[in-house]
Parts: sequence; C-alpha cells; structure tokens
Amino acid sequence: MNLKVKAQAGSFESSDVLIMIEPVESGSGRIIELKSIVMQQFGDDLLAQIHADLDNFDVRDVRVIVNDKGALPPTVSARLETALKRSAQVQSGTLS
Amino acid sequence: MKAKQNTFKRRTMLYIPGNNPAMLQQGSVYGADGILLDLEDAVALNQKDAARILVSHMMQYVSYEGCEVTVRVNHIDTPFGLEDLKQMVPLQPDALRLPKVETVDEIKRIIDVIEEIENEHQLQHDQMKVHVMIETALGVQNVFDIAGYSPRIDAISIGGQDLAADMQLVKANDGIGIDYARKQIVMAAKAHKIDVFDTVYVDVEDEDGLREEAEYIKKLGFTGKAIINPRQIEIVNEVFTPTEQEIRKAVKIVKAFERNKAEGIGVFAVDGKMVDAPVVQRAIRVLEMADIELESL
Repeated sequence: MNLKVKAQAGSFESSDVLIMIEPVESGSGRIIELKSIVMQQFGDDLLAQIHADLDNFDVRDVRVIVNDKGALPPTVSARLETALKRSAQVQSGTLS
Repeated sequence: MKAKQNTFKRRTMLYIPGNNPAMLQQGSVYGADGILLDLEDAVALNQKDAARILVSHMMQYVSYEGCEVTVRVNHIDTPFGLEDLKQMVPLQPDALRLPKVETVDEIKRIIDVIEEIENEHQLQHDQMKVHVMIETALGVQNVFDIAGYSPRIDAISIGGQDLAADMQLVKANDGIGIDYARKQIVMAAKAHKIDVFDTVYVDVEDEDGLREEAEYIKKLGFTGKAIINPRQIEIVNEVFTPTEQEIRKAVKIVKAFERNKAEGIGVFAVDGKMVDAPVVQRAIRVLEMADIELESL
C-alpha cells in the first residue's frame, strides 16, 4: 500500500483507539509509538497485532501513533485499516 | 425462492451506531431481540468509511448469538450505499435494512445489486433477509407493492422521523400525523404475512410515553418496535410479552379447541364467550409469544 498523506482514524472514547499514520521515507522501517490504558497487560499483544495488520497491507515504512483506550482487537484492526486507506487515499464511499 | 424462515422474536430491535466500538462489542447483552448496526443516520458523513470497516470487523469477531443481527445500510443513491452493500452483503447478516424505499422499481434495483454481489461471492439468495423502511409519503402509497416484491423481504418498518419531515409535520411527537401511515404499513405487512416494526420513540426520558406508544402500536398489529436506547428495551419487551392472565386464557381456549375438534365441533364457548377459528388462532399466537409449545399443553 502506497501511503501518501498523514491520516487518522478512531477516537479517545472508551473501548476505542486513535491511530495516526504518517508516511516516511522508503527504507525508514516502521516507527510505532504506542500508548495504552492496558499497556502492562496487553501492550505486547497490541504491538504484535499492529505489525501483523501492517504486514497484511504490505506497509513497510510508516510512523504509527497509537493511543489506545481499551479497544478490542477488531476495533484496533478496523481503525488501523481505516487510517491506512485514508493515508493511501483509497477510501471509498465516504465524505472527507 | 422462499427466504429462510425467521426464528427470532422481534419485539425490540436496538439501533447501534456503526462507529461506536463500545456499543458494537456489547450489542447482544442488553436484552433486545435484535440489533440494528447502523451505517446510515447514526454515522457522520465523514466517518462512513470508518463505520463500515468497524462493523465489518466486529461482525466477524463478536458473537451476537441469540440476537438477530440486521445492518442498516445507506440508500443506494447516496455516495455511500453501494459501498455499504459491497462490504456488508458478503458478511451475510441475518438481514439488511434498506432505508427510504419509495417504489417497486427502486427495491428491484437494490435487490438486483444485492444478488449480483451474492453471485460474485457464490452465496445463495435465500439466507439473508431484506427489511424495507418506509419513510416518505410516496413509500406509504406504494407499500403494498414494495412489500410483496420479493420473498426475501420478511419485514417492513416505518421510519417516523423522516416520514414526519417528508410530510412537513411541525409537531410529530404525538404520532397523529403518521397514524394513517402506520395503519397502511401494518395492513400491507399483514396482507403479505410478513413482520412489521414501528418507528423509534425519541424521548428516552419519557418511559410512560414509550409504554403508551408501545401498547398502542401492539393493538395496531405491529410485531415490535425499533429502540434507540437500552433502557427502552425492558418496557417494550414487557408490552409485547403476554401476561400470565393472557397465557392462562390462551391455554384454556386451545385445550377447549382440541377437545371440541375431537368431537367435530368448530364453534364453542369458553367462560361464556364464543370461540371460533380466528379466536383460536390468536390464542396460539399468544402461546408462541410466550414460548409455550402446543404439544406441551
């Protein structure tokens, strides 16, 4: 996936997660900044999930800023997918 | 082709905003018979993509067992409707709710698109049901033909807020302006032997008003009611659940019917009141609503 612009999805509401995506230069790798209210219990799982989802979308170089308010895995995946599609400007069926 | 038989009670259907993770993950715990995952009016225009993706992930992760799952998509003529169908149809919720349907040509066009998507994904056309929302004066005038267009339409519902706006009603809360539409829609549903849902009651603080409205629409013949807040569920479920007295009376009627049938008698009296086939039919419906099997009597 070819990221083009800064984008975000989600919110600071309970059970949600706010994810911001920033394109970086090719070869920079993944820079993931993670904050979570359940960091101690689920921080590693959350990080692993974000890497797996980025693999699925074939995103190698990106800055991802994650602010988690206790989101379930499907919410994390959904917000990341939305933010990535918005960044790649391939989102459809919505107004910006 | 006949659509799959509905096996859910349909007293209450709770709207859940499609972009609200907290409510989506807890959808089935509130006690509603069904949940309506809403991609339409409850979602901001610039969050339609986010809601669609979130609902899609949630449906694949959360078990809504015991609860009928319906997704309300945007109208196909909006910039969002087609993408909603492309994403939701392959997930095959129990039903899709189609808003603001006004004509037979329109419902035909939408069902054609649904079935094209199902074909692309090698899905049968008889599993996911279609619920049609009537929300304009034109829709009310055409409701009988719309409701009968396809056997996969197994319920229709009235969208009171949009209908009141379409009718240019200034004061809509007392329901007087939409009363004709309610009755017309119920009659169309009954003629086609399908279910019919009432509109939402918007004042969540007014529990007495909600009960009064639920009792009224039950008398009109509605199957159940859309709900916008979990605190409304208990009241509406209670109204649509037979009382102990109603159940006792129904049991008496059905038992008397069985006894008389064996003797070849079609019309008889229970507690001094005449009982014939339609009365027995209503008694059987009461027992069904109370989850009492006829064989157990």
